[in-house]
Amino acid sequence: MTQLFTNLRLLDPEAGSLAPAAVLVRDGLIAEVMDAAPENPASNTTVIDCGGHILAPGIIDLGVKVCEPGERHKESYRSAGQAAAAGGVTTMVTRPDTEPAIDSPETLEFVTRRANEAAPVNVLPMAALTKGREGREMTEIGFLMDAGAAAFTDCDRVVTDTKVFSRALTYARSLGALVIAHPQDPGLSKGAAVTSGKFASLRGLPAVSPMAERMGLDRDIALLEMTGARYHADQITTARALPALERAKRNGLDITAGVGIHHLTLNALDVADYRTFFKVKPPLRDEDDRLAVAHAVASGLIDIICSMHTPQDEESKRLPFEEAASGAVGLETLLPAAMRLVHAEIMDLPTLWRALSLNPAKRLGLPGGRIAVGAPADMVLFNPDAPFVLDRATLRSKSRNTPFDGMRMQGKVLATYVAGTCVFEAN
Amino acid sequence: MSFAHRHLLGIEQLSQSDITTLLDLADRYADRNRQPNKHSDALRGLTQINMFFENSTRTQASFEIAGKRLGADVMNMAMQASSIKKGETLIDTAMTLNAMHPDLLVVRHPQSGAVDLLAQKVNCAVLNAGDGRHEHPTQALLDALTIRRAKGRLHRLSIAICGDIAHSRVARSNILLLGKMENRIRLVGPPTLMPSQIDQFGVEVFDDMKKGLEGVDVVMMLRLQKERMDGGFIPSEREYYHRYGLDAEKLAHASPDAIVMHPGPMNRGVEIDGTLADDINRSVIQDQVEMGVAVRMAAMDLLARNHMAAQPDSV
Repeated sequence: MTQLFTNLRLLDPEAGSLAPAAVLVRDGLIAEVMDAAPENPASNTTVIDCGGHILAPGIIDLGVKVCEPGERHKESYRSAGQAAAAGGVTTMVTRPDTEPAIDSPETLEFVTRRANEAAPVNVLPMAALTKGREGREMTEIGFLMDAGAAAFTDCDRVVTDTKVFSRALTYARSLGALVIAHPQDPGLSKGAAVTSGKFASLRGLPAVSPMAERMGLDRDIALLEMTGARYHADQITTARALPALERAKRNGLDITAGVGIHHLTLNALDVADYRTFFKVKPPLRDEDDRLAVAHAVASGLIDIICSMHTPQDEESKRLPFEEAASGAVGLETLLPAAMRLVHAEIMDLPTLWRALSLNPAKRLGLPGGRIAVGAPADMVLFNPDAPFVLDRATLRSKSRNTPFDGMRMQGKVLATYVAGTCVFEAN
Repeated sequence: MSFAHRHLLGIEQLSQSDITTLLDLADRYADRNRQPNKHSDALRGLTQINMFFENSTRTQASFEIAGKRLGADVMNMAMQASSIKKGETLIDTAMTLNAMHPDLLVVRHPQSGAVDLLAQKVNCAVLNAGDGRHEHPTQALLDALTIRRAKGRLHRLSIAICGDIAHSRVARSNILLLGKMENRIRLVGPPTLMPSQIDQFGVEVFDDMKKGLEGVDVVMMLRLQKERMDGGFIPSEREYYHRYGLDAEKLAHASPDAIVMHPGPMNRGVEIDGTLADDINRSVIQDQVEMGVAVRMAAMDLLARNHMAAQPDSV
């Protein structure tokens, strides 16, 4: 099957360009990128007129929580996949912090099967680094890699025992496995619901100093120097952690860092009157931190933006703030929320797309994330400026715990293609 | 006289004139409470439910007496012993109670923000009787009334709040109230018991108690919770008493006519010297308890009026 995408502006994060082009797709792969559409396409070619909108590589979202196994009522592969398609996410890299944790090849195979049956987008499951995410014994990293584990992470649990963590890193290095960690000093952050500061003091909520993140990162960097492992910090959200990250990269360690979209677009004050939909982990930071981190994405110091999609049902959110569960859904709001960074002129579109698509592909060794001949035709067509007011009732996720409910946003996904197949089309 | 609030959730939402309105009415109730016939019909026919998710003898009794003196039907629910233990959520509890049509709900909860959450779900007036480390508005109001009666004014006073500020809802509500009424506020305590960036609240912070008390008109002591005494926040009880316990020597640095306050229950010999607490020339601790009933009567009276005004005409 051959498709010709015409009348579009092509967003190419690799070349750093946004320009009119046409894209020829054959059998799910990008076959040719042209400056203009041919006058007379071959008769067996389906021509897709993109209406002058932007065509970009689909988003690769590193760290999506789908609640299978265990809490399918919060999110299933079907609902998450539909949300992803509607959000322009063509690959979900899913988290193992399920009930039970994805820590054995058998569970991983179950998840892979469920994902293939139900989700219209690509799903790459990650596995736990330690059994039960308990930080005591490493999982069967080799078998899990054979079964398709994209990376190894205990998610928001820190492996506190440095001996266990250093051995897991050493073992992972020998297999070339990527380890993703949550840099946070567990002692300092224990029991915290918000970031310390004037707001936390006024609201009387237990708080953590942003320093806990730098301490966690410093520790992990020391262990990387020791072990030489491939490492990714899931979320760097504070200005204080940035110099350490910069130094580690300069010293040649195999380290990358990500940040969740909520930390790039919201700050600690958004919690206002104990609004639990704004409770995320790590907690939202001060505006100074938010800006510093957004600029670090623009400069490339922080490599990857993700949604940190974490579905929680109403029951786990409609509680006093300290008791309420952490996390927010983000698959469908990632693109319009990220467009805020472009509209605020913190970064341009190609820079944003490196963080959303190209860099995660590179880090995970995927062929996608770029518009290049031979790459899979995983693409999103979107209008970067279309305004709307988000109504959470319209979300496709089973859980609708978004902090953006009722907010004005700009940027609409018009269509999403996975291997050339249209998996979402806006009506 | 205007008091345009549906609930009393915190001092944060009140204006200077709201506070004055409340204190003026409370002043009248305080005088009336000293008469043999203390009864009024302000809340006649209304149902008041006291829901305490955290132990409290004093505050609960104060709210109960206040409601009964105003003629309300008062019911106490000890929530620690009840359905919460059976796994019912706060919202379900609120909805259940709401179906019984109470008019006033007095709530204490160990979590900051829990009373705000509950207030969003019920149709009656809600009074915050203390939520976590957040606010305890009636305590701040009774402290304000006590100060106003003892000092003759509630502005341009120098007031020291001493002790465990970090974990204290009493401190937060008092900082807000006394700040709104344009007083100079000093916070005195070890840095481990100070909330972060508290200096941004328009207060002066001292870790030396003698310097902190220099020339102040009012000394407010806070209770130090037992569980905070052993090594976690402070080295020991005796070191705390030595450095931050209020005794005659430290009080000598305050203004000669400074009054001493404590929200109770006191730890004698931990945060305050027992003799000083009983010194009727300096201590107004008993007055605080007395004003507590009056302030709660005033608050419930004002909220009940708004609640009744918002009801459709009865049949």
